[in-house]
Amino acid sequence: MAYHSFLLEPISCHAWNKDRTQIALCPNNHEVHIYKKDGTKWNRIHELKEHNGQVTGIDWATESNRIVTCGADRNAYVWTLKEGAWKPTLVILRINRAARCVKWSPKENKFAVGSGSRLISICYFEQENDWWVCKHIKKPIRSTILSLDWHPNNILLAAGSCDFKCRVFSAYIKEVEEKPGPTPWGSKMPFGEMLFESSESGAAGQTAAGGGGWVHGVCFSHSGNRLAWTSHDSTVSVAEGGKTSTVNSLRSETLPLLCVTFITENSIVAAGHDCYPVLFVYDGAKASLTFGGKLDVPKQAAQKGISARERFQNLDRRASETQSTEKDLNTLHKNSISQISVLEGGRNQCSKFCTTGMDGGLGIWDVKSLESAMKDLKIV
Amino acid sequence: MSKNTVNAARFRRVDVDEYDENKFVDEEDGAENQLGPDEAEVDSLIRQGNLMEALQAVLKNPPINTKNQNVKERAEGLVLKVLSAFKSSDIEKGVQSLDKNGVDLLMKYIYKGFERPSENSSAVLLQWHEKALAAGGVGSIVRVLTARKTV
Repeated sequence: MAYHSFLLEPISCHAWNKDRTQIALCPNNHEVHIYKKDGTKWNRIHELKEHNGQVTGIDWATESNRIVTCGADRNAYVWTLKEGAWKPTLVILRINRAARCVKWSPKENKFAVGSGSRLISICYFEQENDWWVCKHIKKPIRSTILSLDWHPNNILLAAGSCDFKCRVFSAYIKEVEEKPGPTPWGSKMPFGEMLFESSESGAAGQTAAGGGGWVHGVCFSHSGNRLAWTSHDSTVSVAEGGKTSTVNSLRSETLPLLCVTFITENSIVAAGHDCYPVLFVYDGAKASLTFGGKLDVPKQAAQKGISARERFQNLDRRASETQSTEKDLNTLHKNSISQISVLEGGRNQCSKFCTTGMDGGLGIWDVKSLESAMKDLKIV
Repeated sequence: MSKNTVNAARFRRVDVDEYDENKFVDEEDGAENQLGPDEAEVDSLIRQGNLMEALQAVLKNPPINTKNQNVKERAEGLVLKVLSAFKSSDIEKGVQSLDKNGVDLLMKYIYKGFERPSENSSAVLLQWHEKALAAGGVGSIVRVLTARKTV
């Protein structure tokens, strides 16, 4: 595991380039900084200053080498590298609240922006006018869109929202693509059609279910047949396309998880306010979701003798003589993890993933070494 | 400037949020049949001394979806009776006998009980809280806080 502390401020969002040598991140202000890896150090090579509000989402289109950023100033910019500098192009989103998240589609011919205006803007490039145009998906979204993820077929889009629901929409734009074939999620996919909506009570047979919570993170599996999302009521849920009745939720014992990704077709890694990534295993045959393990190797605190002075200090501060190790944070990240991204291997055979958080640090996790470090861990 | 606003101040009583067209309205879940746990059954189980069964019985039919405050208060009173009837040493076994949903529901009743403390209720509830926390983790408390429809 590698950990690099970039800043003292939280990293609002990040995106990697194709060969993972450069990372674009927002240091919790109006700018985007691009760092390049140089051995073990990271050097800042570019600063993208165009937004008037905090940059809330960044995505790097790896094949076409374009960066899209969206911010609290209700704008999005598409940046292209020209003669060694990044030049922005404004995209009119027609929203009247802040943009919250942005994602390029798998074919990189369009991108989706989720905003506080209770709608999703799907933007594509119109050749005749040399201009980015956007279409809105409004119904039946009732609150801010917090997270987005595209299906591998470039048409379907999953959106997690503050109205406690996770939905799958069709973002089919006839100007830029062919009609899609049927998928387990549905076969008729006109633009804006909602193909799936999570119900409030989550797993079947729950009489004591609450109202759910804001859906913080959504992720499609590599095949696109499974959708996982995390919610603010400390649950993780997985739905399989076509089987609308089997939504499997796991009520976790941790604080809410903010981001989630598939690392194989059956394994999900999520992270959030508990500052460490957690593994969940989904069994398709039994349709069950189980807790796989905590993915952080705690540093063994050195046991040394406590002097009399320290004893009294502890008594004064903590009302107990010993150093209470439960309260100390012995995880890699020292504050909530807000974003997780797959570095190598894709979502079906991930070998490395990266997390950034509110402690301004970046953690790179190696799946193989995690598997060997934790004896009971099995990544299926 | 010195206009008499006492009578003309009726506009100050208008709840502007009611007229907001973007106001989020919770989905109505028709739950007129949720009457709370069965009082007679629970009382008889307590008298018999069968506290484990009483715990299971009192956690049935939670009045989550109704807007009827009386039903909710009756249910809360009943739960408090059962929880107080347990001996301190048996609390842990009681919590172990519950499944995940049960622990979450118990946590909801515990926090509801904290809202209206009576003579000895808080002490008993705190003991139950400690054991329920060990079983459900902080996640169960998060679910109490984020639940839109609670007991």
